[in-house]
Amino acid sequence: MSVQEVLPLNGVATAPSGDYRADHRLVAEMVKPGSKVLDVGCGDGDLLQLLETRGIDGRGIELSREGVNRCVAKGLAVVQGDADTDLVNYPDDAFDYVILSQTLQATRQPKVVLENLLRIGRRAIVSFPNFGFWKMRLQLLIGGHMPRTENLPATWYDTANIHFCTIKDFVQLCDEINVKMERSVALDLYGRPVPLNLPWWVWNMFGEQAVFLLSRGGRK
Amino acid sequence: MGSVKSIPSPAISADERSHEVDHPSSLVAHFGTEQPLRLDCGVDLSPFQIAYQTYGELNADRSNAVMICHALTGDQHVANVHPVTGKPGWWETLVGPGRPIDPKHYFIICSNVIGGCMGSTGPASINPATGKVWGLDFPVITIPDMVRAQAMLIDRLGIDTLFAVVGGSMGGMQVLQWTAAYPERVYSALAIACATRHSAQNIAFHELGRQAVMADPDWHGGGYADRGIHPHRGLAVARMAAHITYLSDAALHRKFGRRMQDRELPTFSFDADFQVESYLRYQGSSFVERFDANSYLYLTRAMDYFDIAADHGGVLAKAFADIKTRFCVVSFTSDWLFPTSESRALVHALNASSARVSFAEIETDRGHDAFLLDVPEFFDISRAFLQSAGKARGLNLEDR
Repeated sequence: MSVQEVLPLNGVATAPSGDYRADHRLVAEMVKPGSKVLDVGCGDGDLLQLLETRGIDGRGIELSREGVNRCVAKGLAVVQGDADTDLVNYPDDAFDYVILSQTLQATRQPKVVLENLLRIGRRAIVSFPNFGFWKMRLQLLIGGHMPRTENLPATWYDTANIHFCTIKDFVQLCDEINVKMERSVALDLYGRPVPLNLPWWVWNMFGEQAVFLLSRGGRK
Repeated sequence: MGSVKSIPSPAISADERSHEVDHPSSLVAHFGTEQPLRLDCGVDLSPFQIAYQTYGELNADRSNAVMICHALTGDQHVANVHPVTGKPGWWETLVGPGRPIDPKHYFIICSNVIGGCMGSTGPASINPATGKVWGLDFPVITIPDMVRAQAMLIDRLGIDTLFAVVGGSMGGMQVLQWTAAYPERVYSALAIACATRHSAQNIAFHELGRQAVMADPDWHGGGYADRGIHPHRGLAVARMAAHITYLSDAALHRKFGRRMQDRELPTFSFDADFQVESYLRYQGSSFVERFDANSYLYLTRAMDYFDIAADHGGVLAKAFADIKTRFCVVSFTSDWLFPTSESRALVHALNASSARVSFAEIETDRGHDAFLLDVPEFFDISRAFLQSAGKARGLNLEDR
């Protein structure tokens, strides 16, 4: 797939901000109202709550017991589970969208997880931190140490994030497993979309994180 | 060796206990010969009665009814003083004013299960055909039978759909059976510390308890009632063994350790030297004051037979196909009688059915009994689940 076919979502910058995280607002914008959604790695349920305000039937899976219990105590339909092992229990086409928000890099088998997302859901929305972000590159190049940022403060030895990738890597993986990229947006350090008229390598350099709307590819 | 105190005889006579069987201090729904209860064993039970308690008021839409299902040794007195023991309701931590299930908002129903001994027809009731106590002539009942009877009760009360069915342990089994048998009549289901089937280990523990009852010479092949006696020793041993399974190693250690009961040194006898022994003996002897031995046999049997998947071609998810009911499943980390793995299997089946399900495992060292105890995280979850379901159901849950 060529870079030019990946079109950013329009109108995101004008979305109401509220107290929601920039990437959550972006994800919520991508989901059609009235849909059925599974949020894999839903944390404290902030995104699910945002989706519910938009009339979306949301469900969640979360690894940490504390996170699950906080979600259930908010009245959300969340179960304790592991993206790496529990997605196989869901039937095909069970959801309109399956969301993997800032979780892909923490899975043991990102490729298998991604394939499962698009088996369970007709569409998938994946957001992840971009390891090609200039600050990351600079820390490794100049500092000579594993990068740490405001959003990824953990040290290399205690981080849950075991499979970092860049936007370029992710696009290659999607291509490899025949996943169609319907929309993509890179957000800079302040949660603002990187202007869409800039070339692809700029995204990979200045996008602090990326959000992709994916569907099943037509290629055999 | 000095005198050995065995389990004391109950302070309440068999007559006092059996009074609640025939004349319960509860509301009673009678079902005549025109409305038999179809039992899984093939027998039509008729006539029969269901003893039940209610709290709060049914709203105009008849949409706020909550059915509480009691556990093995529970009864309908969920939130009022018990007529035999004088103790508070067994689930006043969850049900009552200011509690997650508040009679201010909900019409709460709790009935004694079929086969029980607190006023619903069971082996301690009089068999109208003979004029004598049923005893072992009473047909073997199942969890689905209990739920079928409850469905007849809500029919009688003019309730079509329950806003919620709530229960733990055997009560949780009834909750799941409700959703499998009457999915359209259950808006939301709160299943706590339970499983979709009874495990081999749990059947084994029940068999131990039953054999303890049957080994008591006062049991008389189940015919003790005609002789005016009660196999309280056997039943107490059954209760003691079962009670251990409701706790955990950590909870027992924290509560009792190796501490001695009213003494400094061992007596070198089989007296209850240890606090834990004394505690268990108390649990056993207080239990037999309020419970019928044959009823214990029948209810443990009902749990043993429970296996929802087996009733649906061996595929659990089929039991919940296309179900609209909102589920909340809760387990406790130290519960080894109904461990989290059982709840997880249920949740996987519900996921496979695309059901709306929440599942929380709560950290506690208090074992299976935790569902009856003061565990704030469990109450927060129960309250939020019911509030969220109530909002979706259009219930007015504001103070009124």
